[in-house]
Amino acid sequence: MFRNIGEVALLGWQTLVALPYVWRQRRKVADQLFEIGNASLFMACLLSLFIGGVVALQSGPRLAERGIGGMLGGLIGLSVAEELAPVMMSILIAGRIGSAMAAEIGSMRVYQEIDALRTMNINPVHYLVLPRVVGITVGLPSLVIFSMIVGWGGGALVAVLNRDIGLTWAEYFNDLRLNVEAFDVAKGFIKSIAFAVVVGLVSCQQGLATIGGPRGIGRSVTKAVVNSIVLILILDYFLTRLLLVFQR
Amino acid sequence: MSAHPQGVSVRLRGIRKSFRGVEVLRGIDLDIAPGEIFVMMGPSGSGKTVLLRHIIGLERPDAGEVLVDGKPLPEESGLGGVRMGMVFQSAALLNSLSVSENVGLYLEEHRVHPPHIIQRIVEEKLELVGLKGAGDKMPSELSGGMKKRVAIARALVSEPQLLLYDEPTSELDPLRSVTIGREILALNRRLGVTSVVVTHDRDLACGVANRVAFLSDGLVRFVGSPTELRANTDPLVRDFLTIDFDSNHSTSEIP
Repeated sequence: MFRNIGEVALLGWQTLVALPYVWRQRRKVADQLFEIGNASLFMACLLSLFIGGVVALQSGPRLAERGIGGMLGGLIGLSVAEELAPVMMSILIAGRIGSAMAAEIGSMRVYQEIDALRTMNINPVHYLVLPRVVGITVGLPSLVIFSMIVGWGGGALVAVLNRDIGLTWAEYFNDLRLNVEAFDVAKGFIKSIAFAVVVGLVSCQQGLATIGGPRGIGRSVTKAVVNSIVLILILDYFLTRLLLVFQR
Repeated sequence: MSAHPQGVSVRLRGIRKSFRGVEVLRGIDLDIAPGEIFVMMGPSGSGKTVLLRHIIGLERPDAGEVLVDGKPLPEESGLGGVRMGMVFQSAALLNSLSVSENVGLYLEEHRVHPPHIIQRIVEEKLELVGLKGAGDKMPSELSGGMKKRVAIARALVSEPQLLLYDEPTSELDPLRSVTIGREILALNRRLGVTSVVVTHDRDLACGVANRVAFLSDGLVRFVGSPTELRANTDPLVRDFLTIDFDSNHSTSEIP
């Protein structure tokens, strides 16, 4: 995996240099956004609902036993906004969209479509990588904001309906509002931008590096997803450290 | 874009290329004149396609140089300001685009014309290759031969100065092969485009070529006119040109 990091960084630089051409590729960016929304919105909703719910189910009764059940709203609000929504959504997108990117570009590489682009003097980074990376960088953070709201809602449902917790809607959301600041949401948002770039670049790089036939495409897809998830989790730690500095 | 572009020259000097330790090209020297139809023949695995990929910059030589229009191709990417087109053996159409979108891709991406002109050019080129009305089809709906013709139409829209064909008549019936051969000749006459054709098709080679090169084991064994090719006494060249089911030639010499 670490052998590919240099190639991912180089692709990142080439994509950055290509950014002025993004308006030309706006239709393809819109296609990518549609793909992210269309393919992932329902799954994101379901996943977020249960993430909020399971955190409430695990921690709610314990907090209630100790007489601090009223803190559940803040606990879920912070954990979902800062950690669970950006990380889980990024993993979901790596699995659904990153794998599709690696498979599509990999198949184009294997079947000489990328060579055909080069012979037409069309830069594959401009044509294939730029719209995908920009699309995912816009789409994933939007999905993360949506996921935060649904996750908070999932936590609220369990907090209100579970008899061992027994909070009211007002108690839950008042505590959430008191404890979750705009910067906490911004932290999750910033993380999701970084994760989106990682997923986009890793998936495109794996696609472009595909060799062999269908087996090579399968290998690239697996590597794209696994490498993306590993990098997301490593980057999450360092971003958390960095953002904690700003919070102080 | 000029309506009648001039073909460009191609000069190959000492081209060597290895893949995983196997030397595929072992020092190729060739000169292709502007506007010439130059055919490269030879047994499978002799390095013809690899050489073609060097000319258009899809491969970089381990040693030697490729000069197109007297200039080396840029190191990084791009074709150094020369308009080139290539018809791949597999056609290499973009499967996610329709036939029209494939053919118009160059013009669309380089903003050469407004959309209605692009549409007209695309229709013209499709008609030229006998695919009028097929613009809305997807590549998966086409036969191998139709894909090849779309690839030719796609290569033509840029009004190339250098046009490379990799096995343009494979997967085509004899009638369509002759049509494609005639089209190669007509383009050459009408546009003055330099054409480099890699083929196993003996009829196509002798029918369209100004000159033919015969490659074997990564080396050029013969360069000359089709008449000189037919008169050549090299056993490998002679076997390649004359072998058929009834002949008594040994095929053991052909790699």
